[in-house]
Amino acid sequence: MTVTDRSAATSATAIEMTGVNKWFGAFHALRDIDLRVRRGERIVICGPSGSGKSTLIRCINALENHQSGRIVVDGIVMSHDHQRIDEIRRDVGMVFQQFNLFPHLTILENCTLAPAWVRKMPRAEAEALAMRFLERVKIPEQANKYPGQLSGGQQQRVAIARALCMSPRIMLFDEPTSSLDPEMVKEVLDVMVSLAEEGMTMVVVTHEMGFARQVADRVIFMDEGQIIEENAPEAFFTNPRHERTKLFLSHILR
Amino acid sequence: MAGEDATFLRPAPIPPRAPPRGVRGPIPWLRRNLFSSPANTVTTILVLLFLAWTIPPLIRWAFIDAAWTGEDRSVCLDGGACWAFIGAKINLILYGQYPPAERWRVVVVAVLFIAGVVPLAIPKVPGKRWNVVYLLIAFPVIAFMLLTGIGVGLRHVPTDRWGGLFVTLVTAVFGIVISLPLGILLALGRRSRLPVVRWLSAGFIELWRGVPLVAVLFMASVMLPIFLPPGVTFDKLLRAMLCIAIFYSAYMAEVVRGGLQAIPKGQYEGSMALGLSFLQRMRLVIMPQALTVVIPGIVNTFIALFKDTSLIMVIGLFDLLGMLKSATNDSDWASPSVPATAYVFAGLIFWIFCFGLSRYSIFIERRLERGRQRR
Repeated sequence: MTVTDRSAATSATAIEMTGVNKWFGAFHALRDIDLRVRRGERIVICGPSGSGKSTLIRCINALENHQSGRIVVDGIVMSHDHQRIDEIRRDVGMVFQQFNLFPHLTILENCTLAPAWVRKMPRAEAEALAMRFLERVKIPEQANKYPGQLSGGQQQRVAIARALCMSPRIMLFDEPTSSLDPEMVKEVLDVMVSLAEEGMTMVVVTHEMGFARQVADRVIFMDEGQIIEENAPEAFFTNPRHERTKLFLSHILR
Repeated sequence: MAGEDATFLRPAPIPPRAPPRGVRGPIPWLRRNLFSSPANTVTTILVLLFLAWTIPPLIRWAFIDAAWTGEDRSVCLDGGACWAFIGAKINLILYGQYPPAERWRVVVVAVLFIAGVVPLAIPKVPGKRWNVVYLLIAFPVIAFMLLTGIGVGLRHVPTDRWGGLFVTLVTAVFGIVISLPLGILLALGRRSRLPVVRWLSAGFIELWRGVPLVAVLFMASVMLPIFLPPGVTFDKLLRAMLCIAIFYSAYMAEVVRGGLQAIPKGQYEGSMALGLSFLQRMRLVIMPQALTVVIPGIVNTFIALFKDTSLIMVIGLFDLLGMLKSATNDSDWASPSVPATAYVFAGLIFWIFCFGLSRYSIFIERRLERGRQRR
């Protein structure tokens, strides 16, 4: 734990981004991002496609490298050092649009892989932990199946359980319901709501405005790599201030 | 269609019904598959004619007119296959010039090898880890000591006495065991983010892939001694084995790279987000999937390697084919049917091994597919 500042880790700030910029080639994908997420806070990020919202949360666990600015996650200052990045990733769970379960492993093995290899947890203990979280997401009976045998909604719930098995302090969700059939969206959102109710720090990129209203402490609207507007959900939806936000909301809230 | 009325309400649910009974039995099968159309019928008849033209003479040559036993060429003069020749030369074909009194050592090594490979090849047998340790560490050491006689107080048998099927198998197994891991490393190197590693891997692969194996073998046998200091020798067989292993690792690298490219980016990201290290990601998530995808390509390369071991003949080593070829020069067996028999026999042996490899890979593929049950 050489690079962890314990006082910061226990402080009220979970994520702090200061002046973060990111380019893909010449394309300026993130522009002067300043964002502070308090511990236990639920943030929903929305915006049109290509606005940089996915890139932003992918910078938090270094799936993308930012080129300037400072990111501090859970008291750990992000750098290019592999050890430090792995340390951050152990504390930050992520759920993807495409689930990204490992198709060659069973549901149970998907969940025990990281605890067993990263946390060096004994097999029996890892399996007990995995079963506990599979029960949490209400699919313990699927433990010995392979991802390909499950529906999209079930797979996404497994992905959440897999991330939770690492006991993360922060959870990132990158459009978790965007590739699901409409009838499966609710089962995934229900799990996310219950997670929020337990006080998990969450950063969620989503277009589920119902979820944002119900759960978010703050809604952030992004466009062209910039944070355009942020506000509490009620104010954000009923009284958007920026023209771009109004236009966006008029498109998605028909 | 209900006319202008666009509403519909299902009065009662439709229960599932059995599918219509298919046409079964051999006659309908023949009609459906071999004589379904005029073109299909013509093709079937042409193929049957071709088989009728080629198969009986082959059977006559290989079985009816063949000489099965005999002491010399006199039994092999009436045009059929000369299997008696194979029988007379069988020890040469199997062991080469390995001293007859020491041949039991080759047999012991073969038994030890089979004892290691068979349980490894059967998925149900437990203890795969120890099996691999035995095959990769203990077995090579034991085999080396037994076969050469070095370190175990047995008579020393230099590798220039080795030959026949024995050398074919030693070379092929060595090549297979080295080329797969080396190929995996090269494939990873070629996709590395570090430019130097990438360039070196790509250069190595392209260098070996761009040169014919025969040329590589000639260079190793003729040119290497020029560069080595005088007095230093490098076993010729080992040189040939290394050449084949390295040559095929370049091909293997490209096969594995194909598998790596088939793995969606999400698998890398999913495993990264869990905090797995690079080696853990490769070993636990990426490689198991990538290698499964390219099993046909891997086995294809193994088969090509197995057959190409016969090229070591060009630098004066006698594998199965080389041994058979040199055995045909025996004047006691000078007969027109002897070379034909020898080459058909060599072909048959190679084919049996390669076909076995191929069938086994299909078995493994099916098994992996069943375990996974992708939709």
